[in-house]
Amino acid sequence: MELTEEQKDMLEGKNGNAVKKSMSILVALGEIYGAKGLIPVTSVQISGVSYDNLGDAGLEFLDEMAKDGKIRVKTTLNPAGMDMENWEALGIDPEFARKQKLVIEAFEKMGVEATCTCTPYFIGNKPDFGDHIAWGESSAVTYANSVLGAKTNKEGGPSSIASALTGFTAEYGLHLDENRQAHFVAEVKAKVDNPMLFGALGNVIGGIAKGRIPLMTGIKKATTEDLKGLSASIVTYGGAPMFHIEGITPNKTSVPEERVVVGQEDIDNAVKGMNDAEDAEFIFIGCPHCSIEELKKISELLDGKIVKKELWIGVARPIKKIADKKGYSKIIEESGAKLACDTCHVVAPLKGRFTSIATNSAKGIFYGRGKNNFKTIFTTLENCINLAVEG
Amino acid sequence: MKGRKIFGGKAEGEALVSKEGISFYGGVDPDTGVVTERGHPLEGQSITGKVLVFPVGKGSTVGSYTIYRLKKNGKAPSAIINKECETVVAVGAIISEIPCVDQIDIEKIKTGDKLKVNADEGIVECAKS
Repeated sequence: MELTEEQKDMLEGKNGNAVKKSMSILVALGEIYGAKGLIPVTSVQISGVSYDNLGDAGLEFLDEMAKDGKIRVKTTLNPAGMDMENWEALGIDPEFARKQKLVIEAFEKMGVEATCTCTPYFIGNKPDFGDHIAWGESSAVTYANSVLGAKTNKEGGPSSIASALTGFTAEYGLHLDENRQAHFVAEVKAKVDNPMLFGALGNVIGGIAKGRIPLMTGIKKATTEDLKGLSASIVTYGGAPMFHIEGITPNKTSVPEERVVVGQEDIDNAVKGMNDAEDAEFIFIGCPHCSIEELKKISELLDGKIVKKELWIGVARPIKKIADKKGYSKIIEESGAKLACDTCHVVAPLKGRFTSIATNSAKGIFYGRGKNNFKTIFTTLENCINLAVEG
Repeated sequence: MKGRKIFGGKAEGEALVSKEGISFYGGVDPDTGVVTERGHPLEGQSITGKVLVFPVGKGSTVGSYTIYRLKKNGKAPSAIINKECETVVAVGAIISEIPCVDQIDIEKIKTGDKLKVNADEGIVECAKS
């Protein structure tokens, strides 16, 4: 791989130890994937933020990188293991909270904005069409590639930090246009008209795709929230972190010959497959984190009601601040539901606290089962709220 | 055998071979070094101090941090040999400074073989047990 003089200096340690380690990660990845060189990135999203996933060793790694590492491009963080301000209300252990704060402090020392969210594109980290970026968080990666038309591979924690501290990434995979073309056409002949059903569609197509890129046809309309749900689901269930939808997404693609049809029965079966609980002790909405429109809708559904079950609504803190001003937060909190900023049920330490979950997120179902061993109910946002209210 | 250096260094040890890929996040306990993935061929076995041989990494990108946690807890393998190294294992080996070589014909290695790894040169020597 060819490096510029600046990049060689970084690799030799002339810009400090954190930059040296970062460069060695990027160069190794570039060589594994046959990259010609490194390219500048305009934006970074770092995954691997929850102390539940990092442990003390991960924290030690971050401290080491924070000693002399400073970010060179706009960088935001994935959700943490708790609401950084309101963690006690979510029942988080104080020792966990102490460690989680140390994780965030290490990132802040590097100059990272400590807004912990899986929807950075809602809070000002929104790359332009064609931008090369280095994002972790598979749902955000898929949204950036497919909906925004930015270009990124699915980065892990250390490689996203490496890009933040050097401003570069290796040029391979989805940074190259030839790798962004559809591999098969999926004709959607089913009714998909809300984020939950788009999640079910992602479950079906992800399973067919097995790491390949689909071109979906037959979808007339998709809201931001629909595309957010689809992005999270398709990559969770086996697809590449990229898709095309005819008439909706902005990237150009060649049209492949292979065709599959996704019918109503496929969607119904996917929904059935994600349901195995009779009832839910815990309800989570906001995987990925809610938009302001979703908060508006939730506040209308909860207005004047009292929840009988633990209901968390995951949201980025800046979006909650808008909801505060609009009065949505007050209505939601008066119902007894909890607005959980900075975190979600995938990364919070919830194992053992509940045995079942209801959510409108197909991705949320996968991790509810795999990580926390929950039984699951997969249903619409409206039904999730009803479950919480009716008990 | 000659392969490709992912991360340099030298190590010697007994081979522990898996025919299946390994997901470090959720598949290996970072505190004990024991494989916990249900139904995995190495389930219940410790990877600590072994030259860990498997075709390819799989699963969540958090796995790189799991490898790092293993190293810090003194429970890491002494070296990693892959058929084809992917990002999770590569990044894990780099940040944990574990010698790692790929593009090796791992079919020729059996659990219990004594391996001598010179990752700087990408060389793996195998003495049959």
